[in-house]
Amino acid sequence: MNQEKSRVLAVEAHGLVKVFGDNRAVDGVDLSVPQGVIYGVLGPNGAGKSTVINMLATLLNADGGSAKIFGHDVFANPQVVRQLIGVTGQSATVDELLSATENLVIFGRLLGLNHAAATKRADELLEEFDLQDAARKPLGKFSGGMRRRLDLAASLIVQPPLIFLDEPTTGLDPRTRNQLWETIRRLVQTGSTIVLTTQYLEEADQLADRIALIDHGRVIIEGTPDELKAAAGVTTLHLGLKSEEDADSAKELVEKLLRVAAIKTGPTDISAPMTDSDSITDLLISLRSSGLHLAEVSVQKPSLDEVFLALTGAQNMEEGN
Amino acid sequence: MATTQIVSAEKRQLKNHANSAQVMSNSLTMAYRGLLKFRRTPEQFFDVTLQPILFTSMFVVIFGGAIAGNVHNYLPTLIPGILVQTVVTASLVTGVQLREDMDKGVFNRFKSLPIARIAPLAGALLADTVRYAIAVTLTFGMGYLLGWRPEDGISGVFASGLLVIFFAWCISWIFAFFGVTARSAAGVQGVSILILFPLTFLSNAFVPVATMPHWLRPFVNANPVSLLIGAVRQLASAGTIGHDFWFSLLGALVIVLIFAPLTVRAYMSKA
Repeated sequence: MNQEKSRVLAVEAHGLVKVFGDNRAVDGVDLSVPQGVIYGVLGPNGAGKSTVINMLATLLNADGGSAKIFGHDVFANPQVVRQLIGVTGQSATVDELLSATENLVIFGRLLGLNHAAATKRADELLEEFDLQDAARKPLGKFSGGMRRRLDLAASLIVQPPLIFLDEPTTGLDPRTRNQLWETIRRLVQTGSTIVLTTQYLEEADQLADRIALIDHGRVIIEGTPDELKAAAGVTTLHLGLKSEEDADSAKELVEKLLRVAAIKTGPTDISAPMTDSDSITDLLISLRSSGLHLAEVSVQKPSLDEVFLALTGAQNMEEGN
Repeated sequence: MATTQIVSAEKRQLKNHANSAQVMSNSLTMAYRGLLKFRRTPEQFFDVTLQPILFTSMFVVIFGGAIAGNVHNYLPTLIPGILVQTVVTASLVTGVQLREDMDKGVFNRFKSLPIARIAPLAGALLADTVRYAIAVTLTFGMGYLLGWRPEDGISGVFASGLLVIFFAWCISWIFAFFGVTARSAAGVQGVSILILFPLTFLSNAFVPVATMPHWLRPFVNANPVSLLIGAVRQLASAGTIGHDFWFSLLGALVIVLIFAPLTVRAYMSKA
């Protein structure tokens, strides 16, 4: 842990700003990504995620703020930064007219490998990403999943220590998406750092060690998935009763003992926010002594969905005012 | 997948600038990419194959009698004219295709790679010299079929072909500049044609300058395209290198020196 702390940050951004016309697409974003993690940049469409990535990946100049990749200034030394990153963009960043091998060989040559080394590396990557069958076909004939895999493979030719993935799984079927997740996890095991954007909460929850939630060009909240869930507020208690007739009296009892407003979510189902966990014991005892029989009891932490809606929704309301 | 650890960022050797060897190597790789793409899109050769064949035969038949008395006498004038016109038009297509290419996602990857910034542009323009070479070969071939027999034989023809290809590569930087700055491929086409028509028609390509109005002649005579056509006529017919040769070469170099930096700068400032 101490060793981790002493290492330079993979990404360190302060107050990044990008303005397109009247639109402040990115409005003062700070990011700190330690080495060796998967960092999720989560947000709805148009939140400014891709713009942030494009600035960090030297594709776009910033209108304000500063950014460093492994301590190298992105805007002063872009050519150095480019030697440390791999970028897989939202749209296909490979050549559709060329075959998988041709694409990888050209990128390898551009990255300074000689023809033999570039060909060898292309073969290795095609094998790793299970694309050998498609090696000689033009990409136009590829499925979406194959193209994404090739796209990712093309970012790994010289095994860059930092990899940006802009919505890597958007539009993929669940199986292909899971394959890609596996690949991303393995990349981190080899020591790479990954920054990925996504609009899927599940993806961020599954993959990311830390998440920055972005909306309207600002970071709303940052932390581990668990911290984000905790910040969204309360855990919910769900009760399922054996008999429909008991539901109303059970609801009254819950409201009386927990001192909160309960909701009937079905004929036999009751949900209530759980602010004081200790009072649950009292509630269960009184339910039994009142002869109200339970079929099911469960406690649910808020999902990232709720965090997302709660926080991005609140932001929208403020702006509405 | 390999589980061996990658080389960490701290241990990598990093360079801040691309040196000239890297510029060359990157540009040649990008040119190789262009050639691979030609194989998959043969329609990119329509303009440089059909135009020389069609235009040469049409112009000879239509203008031959009116301008030179007969077809045979018109050929030494026409073939260099139509050659230069075809190749300059083909260099316009280079700009349009560059724009289309740049709209694709793969250019984002090129931008994110630690390569010389000029390479994607220079490579694309370099690959297109293949198209110019095809146009040159076909136009001279058509001329031969129609009865054109240059007095100096093959060497002058060959040298003038090389000159035309080099000139077209230089001119293509103008259209590449429009390609990089315009919003769409159609926009490139529109602006470029406005440049192309005065350059090719206000020249000595098809009609003797002596038949043009006085006020127009200074422009026609100073037009780099006229100079190039003059140089080709001298080289191909008589095998001699005259003032026109040097002035057209100079004009072409000036164009590159102005437009290559402008184009690269525009390319870099665009997202």
